[in-house]
Amino acid sequence: MTSKEEEKSWKEISIAAVCWKPSTDFLTGDWKTFKPVRDLGKCIRCLLCVMFCPDGAIHWIAEKGDIEFDYNYCKGCGICANECPTKAIEMKIE
Amino acid sequence: MKSVVEQKFLALNGDEAVAYAVKQCDVDVVAAYPITPQTIIVERFSEYVANGEVETAFICTESEHSALTACLAASLTGARAFTASASAGLALMHEMLFVASGCRAPVVMAIANRALSAPLNIHGDQSDTMAQRDSGWIQIYAENAQEVYDSVIQAFRIAEHPEVLLPTMVCLEGFQLSHSLENVNVLPDDVVKRFVGVRKFPKVLTHEGKFAPLRLDPDNPMTLGPAAFPNYYFEFKRQQEEAMNKALEVIRQVHDEYAEISGRRYGNGLLDPYYLDDAEIATVCLGSTAGTVKTVVDELRAEGVKAGLLRIRTFRPFPVEGIRKALENVKAVAVMDKSMSFGGHGGAVFHEVRHALYDSEKRPFVVDYIYGLGGRDINPMQIRAIYRDLQEVLQKGRVETPIRYVGLRE
Ligand code: SF4
Ligand code: SF4
Repeated sequence: MTSKEEEKSWKEISIAAVCWKPSTDFLTGDWKTFKPVRDLGKCIRCLLCVMFCPDGAIHWIAEKGDIEFDYNYCKGCGICANECPTKAIEMKIE
Repeated sequence: MKSVVEQKFLALNGDEAVAYAVKQCDVDVVAAYPITPQTIIVERFSEYVANGEVETAFICTESEHSALTACLAASLTGARAFTASASAGLALMHEMLFVASGCRAPVVMAIANRALSAPLNIHGDQSDTMAQRDSGWIQIYAENAQEVYDSVIQAFRIAEHPEVLLPTMVCLEGFQLSHSLENVNVLPDDVVKRFVGVRKFPKVLTHEGKFAPLRLDPDNPMTLGPAAFPNYYFEFKRQQEEAMNKALEVIRQVHDEYAEISGRRYGNGLLDPYYLDDAEIATVCLGSTAGTVKTVVDELRAEGVKAGLLRIRTFRPFPVEGIRKALENVKAVAVMDKSMSFGGHGGAVFHEVRHALYDSEKRPFVVDYIYGLGGRDINPMQIRAIYRDLQEVLQKGRVETPIRYVGLRE
């Protein structure tokens, strides 16, 4: 549980280590060593990467009709690159 | 004021007394892996399940680590869960003991105390539970099968108390208690069911920003025991310590309430003194040895010796204040340890009793007696010798050998 807010005392937090914030409040993007970079020409917008990303870090942006990586949460695991049927994603060292 | 209810006498050994109590406590899940001398507990209980006498889900797991994990998971959904273990089995649960207490899962577990290998030994000493004393579990040590039965029923109330919410173990020495047949008074089923009651859940703030009962529920999703980094882990541990402090009072209350319906008291529920008011010399012990010590105290009193006994019923939480008050007017104290702390200075009980007395102005002499390892008998003659030792300490005015071994061949 890391966050920027003022930290609470032991009397204020919920017992049993119950998490009082959604996990999206905790940025985990700085954990990565490799970042996924997409070749727009090769990408066929099949959205397999969206479904496979374990961190929900790839979003379908309806207005653009395209996907976007959210590097605030991408941990650089490379699953998207592995699953991409057209090999459009390359993992590059940050 | 409730009055004592009519009870029936059953011939039960300590393990059977546990199983019988669990049967009456409306337990939802029992998961266990058999290990001597605990085996009879789950054997009897599985018979109750097979005969349709209980509606408990019985899970045969492949190890004790899994048994406690299953109980923990069940408990987090709001179920009442029970397991039993001993020795190597308890050691195998070590990791999960901390997870259960950290997640504040009020699992109740009976431990038929047994020595740890090597060399392999299946007999009773308290090395197994003493090794888990910092796991965040409440520990109650019973003196006889009757107290085993009574303590298991009380344990559910203590563990599930919203101010406590800590897993609780009831300890009975292997064979001395687990396998010895005794007359046990049992309460009627409905009385126990009412006493234990329905589990309550305090409300906690979830990640959805609302307060919900502390239990896993699809309608109120919550995450228990996630990663807590250096900025929060410490705070959660401090909360557990607070729960232990609260438990001191809750154990007393539950014990008193139970005494009113059963007619049975064990001191104040934390400490069980025997002829201690005017005692000059006293022993301190846990569990079944107290019975033998009482016989010796009776004899010594008849001879005019001011001997007493303080039996510690709850080793966790450790009743520091109560121990200091109970012993500060005694001149010499013999602490009996049925386990060793290798390379430490004496046994665990000795350490803590002496620590409790440090703040006493009168600070009595304290001597440690290590005994009974691997199930070795202790007899009234040896206990008499301990009291004689204490008289000698008083005569000399000092403790020459602070750590002594009883029944060891020199
Ligand atoms: S590298 Fe892993 S975390 Fe990052 S976008 Fe791809 S699948 Fe998601
Ligand atoms: S899996 Fe590959 S092709 Fe499909 S959307 Fe993702 S990057 Fe594009």
